[in-house]
Amino acid sequence: MDWKRYTFIFLIITVLFGAVVMVGISKSPPILTITSMLATTIAVATPLTLGALSGVFCERAGVVNIGIEGMMLTAAFFGWLGAIYMYHVFGFEKWPSIFTGLIAAIFAGALMGLLHAVLSVTYKVDQIIGGTVINILAVGLTGFLNRQLFFGKGSAFGGHIPNSPGNLLNIHVPLTETLAPICGGSTSCLEIVRAINSVLDQRPIAISAIVLVFVSHYVLFNTRWGLRTRAVGEHPKAADTVGINVVKMRYINVVIGGALAGLAGAYFTIESVPSFEPLLTNGRGFISLAAMIFGNWSPIGSWVASLLFGASQALQINMQIFRDAIPPGWGFLQQAYIVGLIPYILTMLILTGIIGRTIAPAADGTPYEK
Amino acid sequence: MAKFDIVLQAQGITKQFPGVLANDRVDFDLRRGEIHVLLGENGAGKSTLMNVLYGLYKADSGEVTVEGVPLHLNSPRDAIMHGIGMVHQHFMLIPVFTVTENIMLGAETNHRASQSDAPLAKLDRAEVAQKIRDLSHQYRLDVNPDAIVGDLPVGVQQRVEIVKALYRKANILILDEPTAVLTPQEAEELFRIMHDLTREGVSIIFITHKLKEVLAVADRITVMRGGRVVGSAIPKDSDEHKLAAMMVGRDVILTVKKKPAQPKETVLSVNQLNVKDVRGLNAVNEVSFTVRAGEVLGIAGVQGNGQTELAEALTGLRSIESGRFSLLGADLTGRPPRPITEAGLAHIPEDRQRYGLVLSYSVADNMILCDYYQPRFSKGIVIQQKNVDANAEKLIKDFDVRTPSPFTPAGKLSGGNQQKVIVARELSRPVKLLIASQPTRGLDVGSIEYIHKEIILMRDRGVAVLLISAELDEIMSLSDRIAVMYRGAIITTLDRKAATREGLGLLMAGGQEAPA
Repeated sequence: MDWKRYTFIFLIITVLFGAVVMVGISKSPPILTITSMLATTIAVATPLTLGALSGVFCERAGVVNIGIEGMMLTAAFFGWLGAIYMYHVFGFEKWPSIFTGLIAAIFAGALMGLLHAVLSVTYKVDQIIGGTVINILAVGLTGFLNRQLFFGKGSAFGGHIPNSPGNLLNIHVPLTETLAPICGGSTSCLEIVRAINSVLDQRPIAISAIVLVFVSHYVLFNTRWGLRTRAVGEHPKAADTVGINVVKMRYINVVIGGALAGLAGAYFTIESVPSFEPLLTNGRGFISLAAMIFGNWSPIGSWVASLLFGASQALQINMQIFRDAIPPGWGFLQQAYIVGLIPYILTMLILTGIIGRTIAPAADGTPYEK
Repeated sequence: MAKFDIVLQAQGITKQFPGVLANDRVDFDLRRGEIHVLLGENGAGKSTLMNVLYGLYKADSGEVTVEGVPLHLNSPRDAIMHGIGMVHQHFMLIPVFTVTENIMLGAETNHRASQSDAPLAKLDRAEVAQKIRDLSHQYRLDVNPDAIVGDLPVGVQQRVEIVKALYRKANILILDEPTAVLTPQEAEELFRIMHDLTREGVSIIFITHKLKEVLAVADRITVMRGGRVVGSAIPKDSDEHKLAAMMVGRDVILTVKKKPAQPKETVLSVNQLNVKDVRGLNAVNEVSFTVRAGEVLGIAGVQGNGQTELAEALTGLRSIESGRFSLLGADLTGRPPRPITEAGLAHIPEDRQRYGLVLSYSVADNMILCDYYQPRFSKGIVIQQKNVDANAEKLIKDFDVRTPSPFTPAGKLSGGNQQKVIVARELSRPVKLLIASQPTRGLDVGSIEYIHKEIILMRDRGVAVLLISAELDEIMSLSDRIAVMYRGAIITTLDRKAATREGLGLLMAGGQEAPA
């Protein structure tokens, strides 16, 4: 069942890639187009993957999390803010400042997770409402602080936003260096190795997202913690009768979920671009949620789905690069805003029609009453 | 001597819930290797007492000792640690997990729950599965560790629950109304397992309100009523009447007294009806019958032979493939529920919680579900709350519904009282036909007596009654004629006088009745 779905996604990704290769064939060799798209796909999928993992942990434990978007936004802001404060106000070096920013982002996400847990586990607030509260709170809080801290009276920065100390850089995998001797003098061989290497050279959060996918999968399905987490999300009363503390399990998982959303937020302001603007997450938290559902609440499934959304972004970006090469009759694809719609249209189509049936944890969204 | 050791003793257990004293200074003890039946009506406090013993509820006062050691029960973990296992009435199994996963949950790496293990310890499914096979072999439980629990029949799920307790080395086993969901054959199998267990030194507390089983399996019987222990007995000095009287607090008529039926005109006439089930398979095949005013037609059959679909079709809840049915001559085939109801149908659905009531609505609101739109209750779009309340007050009194108030959500009532709410709503209207599906399933003796009396009362008032039940006793004691349904078809219709338990049992299994 799941494998059918994954195959289907990879098929779509192949079609998307194929389309771009064909359009761009006159401008760039296929291998370059494919590797650049792959690299973009993985990078763009990073926050979606982490966001979806956030949802997986919460919902497998029985707490619906539609607040991923807000958790991400909050984390993105505080990560960026932390880095700036450390650098400009406390005078730290560049890398310690960036690293502190990263920690601040994860911490901010975890705190939002804790808020969600308090609302939905302790106070048994409707979890959709709880998530909405977090989304609205995040917009208000980050917007307000962004204004107040930089432009408000008595601001340490006196009316302008200073440059952030920078962002996380690619980690270079020495593949080309290792494999160069094997290729001998063949340039095409070397070209292929370089291309593969350029896909593998990702930034730290992107790499950690992929690692976390497999770690989460293992934890959820092969450890004691995972078994208990899933039990609490399926049938909390049954878990209670074998001595599992339902409230504690839910709290911890929702906080873990928050921290993962925090890491996703850090991607935007610590890894991707070292700046913040209000509403910068731009709905990606909700796309994560879609990826999680499409992935049937499993880490690997969510990752595959995130890659699809990443691929459609890559398509959009490359279509704009190859704008002039778009064949006549497809002129509407030259419009940036039409191509920009593609990822969203794909999301809608996939979620409404194509995904077939996915099954949520049985107690997802239901507060536990003894 | 060892056989008479007291393994568990509870003294002076008191548990107060808001508005209810569920346990009032209850004393209870259990000897090694015995089956001790705890008998009582719904709401008598049996389950509360067991939940206290299992650590799910904390008693307000009282003491529990196991093998002479006083327990501090804060959670089920504490009970499990002292060898107490419980099979809940509603199984505590996770349908999407395998048997192995369900059994290991909470005790993943050792066999008595403890918190010392690392949370990220790897699950050793193979080892646990082997352990399950061993236990299953030892007690002849026949449980496959790799099956997904949701795919298993309830009888097997119950065995999984028993293995779950044994895996935790339970030597005191609490079975909370274990036979409520079982077929008679499955129940027999359970009793066999219980005897095997006691032979191995396990002591069993068996909770039930079915009198026949009590006499069959008990070593000792303790009866509870209204939160107190009201008496105890041993089977050889007791009988069904004595136990029922002790349980209900007054004499109970176990067999329904009724006059011979006076059938009049035909009310319901069903003609070659065909209905499909949810999977699109033929569930009702060419079914034809009539029910006349003033008689009870019982439809006997093992569950799942098309009775559900037949009742749904006749009440307008399921579409009809072909064939017709009419009520007092008016063809109602394919009509939605409302016109059928208005033509004089009363329906007691088989799943009272899903189809009979809106559990989150108040008792008063549930009582007007059929006619809330009538001028009596509605003016335009405004509900006439005063009339609704007056209606509820009256029905609560007439039908003896035990509810704290008319505004209590129906879901808070006991099963018997929920059923009374439905009966009150359905039978207080001017009805011509009553379709009652499994009307007493899961109810206690007192409520069963009441519902049976009401059904016969309706019959004597000239209502046509179609009774669908899997309980042979119920069919035998209420019906005037009996139709046997097997694989969607009515294979025969008998006069009550011509029917015997054995004959019906054979027919229900698809056999032909031996010629008399």
